[in-house]
Amino acid sequence: MSFEMPIEKWASAVNTVTIGATSEEGGTRASTVTVGGDTTLPFLDFEGKSPNRPAIAMEVLDMPPDEWPSPLAEALGGVCQDPGAWARKCVEEVGADMICLRLVGAHPERGDRSPEECAETVKAVLGAVGVPLIIWGCGDASKDNEIIPRCSEAAAGENCLLGTAVQDNYKTITAACMADGHKLITEAPLDINIQKQVNILVTDMGLDPSRIVMYQSTGGLGYGMEYAYSIMERTRLAALGGDKMLSMPMLAQVGSESWRAKEARAPDEAAPEWGPVAERGVIWEATTASCFLHGGTHIFVMWHPRAVELLRKTIDSLVSQEN
Amino acid sequence: MYTIGERINGMFKSVGAAIRERNPEPIHDLVRRQLEAGADCLDVNVGPASADPAEAMEWLVKTIREVTDAPLAIDTTKPEVMRKGLELAGPNSIINSTKGQQDQLDIFIPMAVEYQAKLIALTIDENGIPRDANGRSEIALRVVAAAMEKGLDPSQLMIDAVILPVNVTQETPGHVLETIRGIKLLSDPPPLTVLGLSNVSQGTQQRALINRTYLVMAIAEGLDAAIADVLDTELMDAMITAELLLNRAVYCDDFLKAYRSR
Repeated sequence: MSFEMPIEKWASAVNTVTIGATSEEGGTRASTVTVGGDTTLPFLDFEGKSPNRPAIAMEVLDMPPDEWPSPLAEALGGVCQDPGAWARKCVEEVGADMICLRLVGAHPERGDRSPEECAETVKAVLGAVGVPLIIWGCGDASKDNEIIPRCSEAAAGENCLLGTAVQDNYKTITAACMADGHKLITEAPLDINIQKQVNILVTDMGLDPSRIVMYQSTGGLGYGMEYAYSIMERTRLAALGGDKMLSMPMLAQVGSESWRAKEARAPDEAAPEWGPVAERGVIWEATTASCFLHGGTHIFVMWHPRAVELLRKTIDSLVSQEN
Repeated sequence: MYTIGERINGMFKSVGAAIRERNPEPIHDLVRRQLEAGADCLDVNVGPASADPAEAMEWLVKTIREVTDAPLAIDTTKPEVMRKGLELAGPNSIINSTKGQQDQLDIFIPMAVEYQAKLIALTIDENGIPRDANGRSEIALRVVAAAMEKGLDPSQLMIDAVILPVNVTQETPGHVLETIRGIKLLSDPPPLTVLGLSNVSQGTQQRALINRTYLVMAIAEGLDAAIADVLDTELMDAMITAELLLNRAVYCDDFLKAYRSR
């Protein structure tokens, strides 16, 4: 008896979203990134299509990190004083598809930088690289409501991805996004129900669902990764089943979440049995990314250049040849 | 849950008058309101009073097509009127309906194949409406066999187990639920199930309450589609909630709005 591959017929697809605008499209980007459009679960190319490769963004902070484990300091320490130089290194040396600029320096308990200073940083990074930009707030709701509109305006027409809109704070960022022609990240705390609710709230304001990317506050390896994976899987199944409020592409914050783990950071003398720290963190980050790749993540925000290389190799080995 | 809006029916006074006077406005209005309320498909019935039902069907379908491409369920027992409706309605239409006796199946099954339409089959045959679930399932099985023989995939079949008013035969609602459950075992893929819901409350004082309670019960048994009054907001709310409770949609606080913004 011959084996017949069981093929699932899906009613719907993940939305296709493009980030970045070239000069013909009213921006100044040298390249754009398009993600989504999948008509099946990840990498089931016998069943449907995933027309667009997952994209790798590398994170750039607007101020040097307080405490960096040695592998990150060695790889990026030379450029971490200057967001423009940092972004350039990520694009030119590591081949990042996008830059994710996180404005941690605006946080009242960090640098408390002004909206004007943040907008200047956005312009500096846009000037330094030609790839599309993700602009991410500092995580303090009221401060983000001050800085995001200014940064959005400074990048008007560049079709950036702005983050993040959450259930209790979505109006200002959504309005800025709509006014300046950007795309929006909606965030939920590892909760598919809240994710759907935030998407309803922002689309109720008039933002088209095709301008949204979803972000479930990622849990790294050992810290909720499997939970994040199962939510991604369920979200993808809902999208394929026709749930328009869960049909947006997904983003994962892999770098920051992976390097928070003590297993990734602990110096050699603290945990000799865990193997050399020079390898450990990179593997931690690459493993987390690989898991989310299988879960259906479309945009990866990464930190370490070698983890990016490993993720890219994994994507190469999984993406079918015709893509 | 696939909903078929029942309001474009010549039995309703305003629709009957619109058909007689060839007045498109009331029809356009019903099309828009039913689609906005969440109808996936619109039933089209010229009613009993038309002197020339084929001509009336032609006008009605053309009038509907002026404002929507949504699927239509052509509702008539007359083959020539059905054919006229299907020709004008285009693909993804529904034939509403055939009975289970052979002479009718010989007409409507090939018609469903020809027009790539779904076919609603009532569990009624030359002996009338069966008294229990077994009788209904027997007719359904005969219909499925006839469909497969003539090249109509069972997934294109919608079995209507014929609900009667609860104040006429009070045991029928139970029989119909039992039939809905059993139909899923008839073939692989199984045929779909559909109900002409409003019939269950015909002539009662609490029509809306009876309709929505019975719809929820039938959904729990696996009902796939209903011909119903989609303009009844509480009915639609109950349907959306029942589907949510069966894990057919992802919960969110605004789940009613989420369904309606599909």
